[in-house]
Amino acid sequence: MKETLLGVVLVAAGVLAVSAPAVAHHGAATFATGQEITLKGTVTEWIWANPHCFLKFDAKDDSGTVRQWAAETQNPVAIASRGWARSSFKAGDEVTVKLEPVKNGAPVGRILSVVLPNGQTLVAAGPQPAAAAAP
Amino acid sequence: MAKRVFACAGSLAVLLACPSVGAAQTWNGPGLNAQQFKAIPPGGPAPRRDLTGIWDAGPGGVGGAAQEAEREAARAPFTPLGEQMVRANKPGNGPRMVPVAEINDPLSTLGDPTGFPRLVNYELRGVQFVQTPRQVLMLYMFEKRWRVIWTDGRALPKDPDARWYGYSVGRWEDDYTFVVETIGLDDRTWLDNSGSPHSTALRVEERYRRVSENTLELTVVIDDPKVYTKPWMARNRLPLRRVPPDTDLMEMIPSASEAQAYQKVISSQTK
Repeated sequence: MKETLLGVVLVAAGVLAVSAPAVAHHGAATFATGQEITLKGTVTEWIWANPHCFLKFDAKDDSGTVRQWAAETQNPVAIASRGWARSSFKAGDEVTVKLEPVKNGAPVGRILSVVLPNGQTLVAAGPQPAAAAAP
Repeated sequence: MAKRVFACAGSLAVLLACPSVGAAQTWNGPGLNAQQFKAIPPGGPAPRRDLTGIWDAGPGGVGGAAQEAEREAARAPFTPLGEQMVRANKPGNGPRMVPVAEINDPLSTLGDPTGFPRLVNYELRGVQFVQTPRQVLMLYMFEKRWRVIWTDGRALPKDPDARWYGYSVGRWEDDYTFVVETIGLDDRTWLDNSGSPHSTALRVEERYRRVSENTLELTVVIDDPKVYTKPWMARNRLPLRRVPPDTDLMEMIPSASEAQAYQKVISSQTK
């Protein structure tokens, strides 16, 4: 009975939770923290991996040239409770990616959020919508 | 009795507020976040000589920049050899953090085992303790790794070959405090994500104090006279909470192929 009650409390807390453990295997020094760019692109590959998941996608720059982007998120454990999954993306998906780019100008960044083809938004960092918090 | 009625009423209120509770996820739990950790009550009195259960320290077990800074403050000064060893380590976290492309963390760049005691100093996620008549088994979510703590009265080996997770023996200091001594640790591993080094002379003491039914406290003492001028505490009464016994935890395995993919796709482009 005690275990059942504990389970109820735990699950309820999960439903109400607004954030997940945020840990990366590296700090933020490489990224232009605070700078955000939004890119519309086509997914080429989604890698569900440790220490970071990362999304590869093609997006046109201001001159119309297609650049091959690679943008990391946190690890699977950290983002699973935010609604991300191994099956979140497939090649060919049209997505809108908000990210912090690296400082050196390479097409690499750290994902803040992604809008999926069905309109759902996956948030990778910071406060998350309560609706996405239920495990 | 009054407390029990209150707890039941509170749980009922939670149930009514959350109609989806009945459909709770039973597979691939990611572990406790801060709110979930705080929501677990202390429970009843601690049972005697019993660590059985699935335990989770929440974000406190995983660490982060603030925790690495705390550990750095608690760290004993390096010996001259320690100074030399730490200069070779290029971590992605903590006070000696380097840019992504320069990281040489054997765990994240090579897929080496985390090793002990890093497994409890930084990546302490969900862990299940199982007691047998001769052992305490510690089954870790991170790496899906296990440790065997011998409780059959044997002495630690003399001058053992180093192993990634060493050799451990445990004893009950009193009815609620389990003490583990570990030696024979491979010096290719780091103590934490900040690149703190150690030698094969490292001796680690873990103290698990069962405070209540649902709370355990972990203290970790590092004693490596070749690298540090005195023993120091890498964990100081870190609280862990007991989670429901039907909790299924996600795999979190830092594989070599995934480390290589990250190096190729992300790290190499950040130089």
